[in-house]
Amino acid sequence: MLRLIARRILGTIPVLFVVATITFFMMKAVPGGPLDTEKNIPQEIKVQIEAFYGLDQPLWKQYASYMGNLLRGDLGPSFKHANRSVNELIAAALPVSLELGGLALCVALLVGIPLGVVAAIRQNTWIDYLASSSAMVGICMPTFVMGPLLVLVFALQFELFNASGWDFARDRVLPALTLGLVYAGYIARLTRGGMLEVLNQDFILTARAKGASEARVVFRHALQGGLLPVVSFLGPAIAGILTGSFVIETIFNIPGLGRHFVTSVFNRDATLTIGTALFYAALIVVLNLAADIAQVMLNPKQRVE
Amino acid sequence: MRYKTNRCSIRVLACAALAGLVLVAGCSKPPTRVSVGNQEQILHKGNGSDPQELDPHIVQGVTEHNILQALFENLVTEDPTDLRPVPGQAERWDISPDGTVYTFYLREGIRWSNGDPVTAHDFVHSYRRALTPSLGSEYAYMYFVMQGAEDYFKGKTQDFSSVGAKALDDRTLRITLNGPVPYFLSLLNHYSWWPVHLPTLARHGDPYRRNNRWTRPGNFVGNGPFVLARWEVGHVIVAKKNPHYWNAANVKLSEIHFHPIESADTEERSFRSGQLHVTAAVPLSKIPAYRRDNPQLLHIDPYLGAYFYRINTTRAQFRDKRVRQALAMAIDRKTIVENVTRGGQLPAYFFTPPDTAGYTSRAAIRYDPGGARKLFAQAGYPGGKGFAPFEILYNTSEGHKSIAEAIQQMWKKELGIDVKMLNQEWKVYLDTEKSKDYDVSRAGWIGDYADPSTFLETFLAESGNNRTGWANAEYDRLLKEAARLGDRQARYELFQKAEAIFLDEMPVIPIYHYTRVYLLDPSVRGWRPTILDHHPYQHVWLESPAASLARASAAAQRP
Repeated sequence: MLRLIARRILGTIPVLFVVATITFFMMKAVPGGPLDTEKNIPQEIKVQIEAFYGLDQPLWKQYASYMGNLLRGDLGPSFKHANRSVNELIAAALPVSLELGGLALCVALLVGIPLGVVAAIRQNTWIDYLASSSAMVGICMPTFVMGPLLVLVFALQFELFNASGWDFARDRVLPALTLGLVYAGYIARLTRGGMLEVLNQDFILTARAKGASEARVVFRHALQGGLLPVVSFLGPAIAGILTGSFVIETIFNIPGLGRHFVTSVFNRDATLTIGTALFYAALIVVLNLAADIAQVMLNPKQRVE
Repeated sequence: MRYKTNRCSIRVLACAALAGLVLVAGCSKPPTRVSVGNQEQILHKGNGSDPQELDPHIVQGVTEHNILQALFENLVTEDPTDLRPVPGQAERWDISPDGTVYTFYLREGIRWSNGDPVTAHDFVHSYRRALTPSLGSEYAYMYFVMQGAEDYFKGKTQDFSSVGAKALDDRTLRITLNGPVPYFLSLLNHYSWWPVHLPTLARHGDPYRRNNRWTRPGNFVGNGPFVLARWEVGHVIVAKKNPHYWNAANVKLSEIHFHPIESADTEERSFRSGQLHVTAAVPLSKIPAYRRDNPQLLHIDPYLGAYFYRINTTRAQFRDKRVRQALAMAIDRKTIVENVTRGGQLPAYFFTPPDTAGYTSRAAIRYDPGGARKLFAQAGYPGGKGFAPFEILYNTSEGHKSIAEAIQQMWKKELGIDVKMLNQEWKVYLDTEKSKDYDVSRAGWIGDYADPSTFLETFLAESGNNRTGWANAEYDRLLKEAARLGDRQARYELFQKAEAIFLDEMPVIPIYHYTRVYLLDPSVRGWRPTILDHHPYQHVWLESPAASLARASAAAQRP
């Protein structure tokens, strides 16, 4: 097991190297640069700024020096945020993204799993239809519709929350709901499917035959197996919750990482783009690994293998 | 048995849902940021995107200006109604009879926010820093009106004493210009000319290089009515009242919070939920609703900017000026501002916005589809026959797209030509435009200071902002001559001649002159419409309508 983990972690190094290289050259290849502005910067001034950022060097030298700094853990200075380093920007935005993602994940699990379980044990009744169709609505409703809708109702109509911002505890509610409900929909459907599969198996019949209570059957015997599809979904889902929050961050004006990830490309802020891309790549690799480990721990079949 | 437990779990779920609702209901209406702000004199301003920096010698943008205006003050500052230069750090000044030597006398006892005295030497050191090539100040050329500044910047001399900025003593500063610059005092209100505290810069890095940490909260030292207290990227920038400011007794706001909100929709919702006193913009689609239901919140101020289409005059089909004129004459600008942009913009029949420091172009283009058709026929394209289809380039934006579609229709209808639309992402669009790889391209130009030169000089042959391939020796000569003149009337006459040439040659098609459209809470007082959208914060204060009503009735009861 430990060997497996070590091997997987070592395997991420070439992945990150490739991500950094590809992003670096892609950012160089796109038209327009960080110093292109509507008001022209005179050539003699542009030369000075380019020299400061090393943009006057040949491409291979820029690449070599970027990679050299990267090895030391230095992601370089940002162009757009002129007196901040990419490390600082990520360090400042990460806790916000983690908090938002964590809360959204709670919403997704707390809403999704019960919904899926109820739908499964009441299969083909109106409860199942109601649960399944609300899950479907959650999946289909894009966040850029759900977010403003929640704001309209709870912030502007009932005035319970602020329409945007990240200052008070109550500011977390609407963004976490918006982001979480989409994933709750997926989780509900996966839970329902997983539960149905398990509930039809012989050992459940055995448990019932032995007189185990329905609660015991569902929560002790069935749920563990029923949640397996959810667990394997969670790896990429958590990464998605953390990276896919660009829309939410824009709608609610949250100072998270998702915005840097997208706006840095528009600003041609190459160092910030590479920095966030690398960070997300690492995150996805680690979370997938964690999901695999959880799978193994939950599934006796895999444990043997 | 089975049903019983199921009912149980459903009951648990129902209880949980109920508990959640109670929790939500428990958070009854919180006081809004605006109402708290009104009591504590904290202004909340939506400010578009994050500033690039808060160093006046490095930044380039409106977003940055809005914040810097709170943090710094130059020799002169702006009158809150018409932005006319009024005494700031200098209490008075003399101008030599030939208009080339300005002597400023600083106020007594003025201080930086750390308590250090502000001296004439601070200004000289600041100018030297802004002109040091290694800093790469994007607006360094704003100094080129000063004697020797250009040579120093371009490295022709290392001796700063050859530059026309001298501290005669601690409180007297003499600036010598290359020639009379009638708008020099207005130019001083551009942030590139604002002073910085060199000892602070030296403490936090190399003062003559970028990436200095002096603009971080805690490190920051300025001389404006406010001082930087917090700066969280993507979240908020807080400026607190500066007790060392010379006129602090008359500054009523205690804090200004600048909220970087990039999405106009989000900003509008924040305004509606009482989180902002003033917004940076209003979504296009919301303007009619505000006009109808809440006209007192919607503000539309004239703004010193022109929206226009560049024509790539290096392309064969646009070389004939009759073609360019016909394209300009076939556009119904009134329809565009009334039905497409809808923000009270002014149809533009000349390039420099009307009444720019008292200048309005006499030459003007007409809306004349018949005349346009005639010109087009004379150029060899009767009914648009033989005119190759071309593209309108615009950067991604709903507004630019709608305008381009309207113009596409007008050209099709009036001139019979086929026009395609080319949408590009912002930086790609800039790159395409700069490399002149376009036919017709949408553009905007915002004046840096209130003078016609900031518009007309854009199209000098050597200007990096020209980008049309158009050059006219007489136009250049007139503008260069105007730059040497001190007399306002004589200058404006030269500008009139230059603009007439420009409109006859038509390398760009003016479409409308900008307005600033924003939402403003009625509690904000002293916020006046100005042509550069500058609102000197020392003149702004907050008073809820109820409070002002109470004050008015108390005043009325007084015998």
